[in-house]
Amino acid sequence: MTDGGFSGKAAIAGIGATEFSKNSGRSEWRLACESVLAALDDAQIGVEEVDGFALFTMETNPEIAVARALGIPELTFFSRIPHGGGGACAPVQQAALAVASGVADVVVVYRAFNERSGHRFGAGPPPFAYTANTDQEYRNWINPYGLLTPAQQEAFLARLYMERYGATSADFGQISVLSRKHAANNPKAWFHGRPITLEEHQNSRMIADPLRLLDCCQESDGGQALVIVSTERARDLPHPPAVISAAAQGVGPQQISMSSYYREDIDRMPEVELVARQMWRQAGIGPDQVDAAILYDAFTPMVLLQLEEYGFCGRGEAKDFIAEGNLELDGRLPVNTHGGQLGEGYIHGVNGIAEGVRLVRGTSVNQPAKAIDTVLVTGGSPVPHSALVLTADH
Amino acid sequence: MSDRSQDGPRTSVPRLIITQDNEFWFTAAREGRLEIQRCGECRTLRHPPAPSCPRCRSFVWDTVESSRRATLHSYTVIHHPPDPAFEYPLAVGLVDLEEGTRLVADIAGIPHEELTPGMELEVGFAEHAHGDVLPQLRRPSGGAA
Repeated sequence: MTDGGFSGKAAIAGIGATEFSKNSGRSEWRLACESVLAALDDAQIGVEEVDGFALFTMETNPEIAVARALGIPELTFFSRIPHGGGGACAPVQQAALAVASGVADVVVVYRAFNERSGHRFGAGPPPFAYTANTDQEYRNWINPYGLLTPAQQEAFLARLYMERYGATSADFGQISVLSRKHAANNPKAWFHGRPITLEEHQNSRMIADPLRLLDCCQESDGGQALVIVSTERARDLPHPPAVISAAAQGVGPQQISMSSYYREDIDRMPEVELVARQMWRQAGIGPDQVDAAILYDAFTPMVLLQLEEYGFCGRGEAKDFIAEGNLELDGRLPVNTHGGQLGEGYIHGVNGIAEGVRLVRGTSVNQPAKAIDTVLVTGGSPVPHSALVLTADH
Repeated sequence: MSDRSQDGPRTSVPRLIITQDNEFWFTAAREGRLEIQRCGECRTLRHPPAPSCPRCRSFVWDTVESSRRATLHSYTVIHHPPDPAFEYPLAVGLVDLEEGTRLVADIAGIPHEELTPGMELEVGFAEHAHGDVLPQLRRPSGGAA
């Protein structure tokens, strides 16, 4: 611990999920309950011991509904972070803060939805978009012109990045091929046993130029939960603790949800760079000390941009960094070893946090041969951002 | 909640959210003028509209009318998913206005393969979803401006 704050004081002690599918056949509420029970069972912590929940928005299952259904008698801590997938890692920060300060002892983070069989984020604006308030006012400047989905809203950044650095659609496709290769070996992945070639990526239909279908993550049904307790307690539980060495949020200058188009450089994400700085300061490391990373891959270009914002390579160099094999299992920085949201499933980034825990435990289905002591897990972009550094307890 | 399959071919474009902070802009657009909000103290232009100046925090503001001359900063051509308010493939651009602020609008009447960042465009106006008159990007009317 170098931060003098909560760094190192809390750990993820349990992970649990439902199956990831295209049609769960049951309610989102039930998926939430199932994943919470699975995570508590993994941690070997009693359900009645839960005293906190930390969530992020676009979650339809209130903590009180889950607490009621599972007979959790008392909650002393509950919070919810805005901005959907950008906030994916932030509930873990909330949980770590609560545990480190003694506000709660057992905090559960969950994400559960029927995002494929129910409301699909890729189909158009979400139900809350039709509420006339300042929170949704930003839509005035994009939606009436046809920018209705996240892929369409990110396309300006991807196009400008290509123009500036000579990146191509095939460079983005490398991420898709890599993720599907990892997913092909992961029995839990929707695309288990179904790798793709770069040609298949290049032949996939255009969604929002330059984004092709295979640049876009899946839409999935499922639930994923995490259990956060003090590192001290986690040491007495069955699994090696995934210590929360860093956890941060970030909003950058002139931030707008999905459409910060009015900054000098729209292909830069200062909110991501802000979170990166906090990662390194809290964990007392730099990008060179990160052994593996789970980078939020709703769309492939964001993996390239995040590699650069986190300092794993220089500006415009991500395409070469990837082509050199650095993200492979035997590479310098294995990335999205579970198959990512492109390959395993889209549980809004929380399934990626679970993979970060498995990497630290040494139990990923694609566990790299080298020792994995430090893993970076990131949330979505280009929206207010969040990330974690998980470390082995040495 | 909102099961749009029951709504038939209705557009998914949300209605404009008109507030005391942005009403001037939509009123001007309806009248064929592109206005840009300007700080009444430090004179800095800003878009999209906001109640105060991010540079000097003044709540005093007026507007300037844009020349509507612009250059393309970035763009996309949208194929999927289609919305009944538009024809596809749909080109959408982000432009740098001559005055210095940026603007998003759909692009009409230009073959998509000709779109290149840096190309000169002009902001016109056209009816959009729900009958709203809003900016649309076109070729400069007087040839290259």
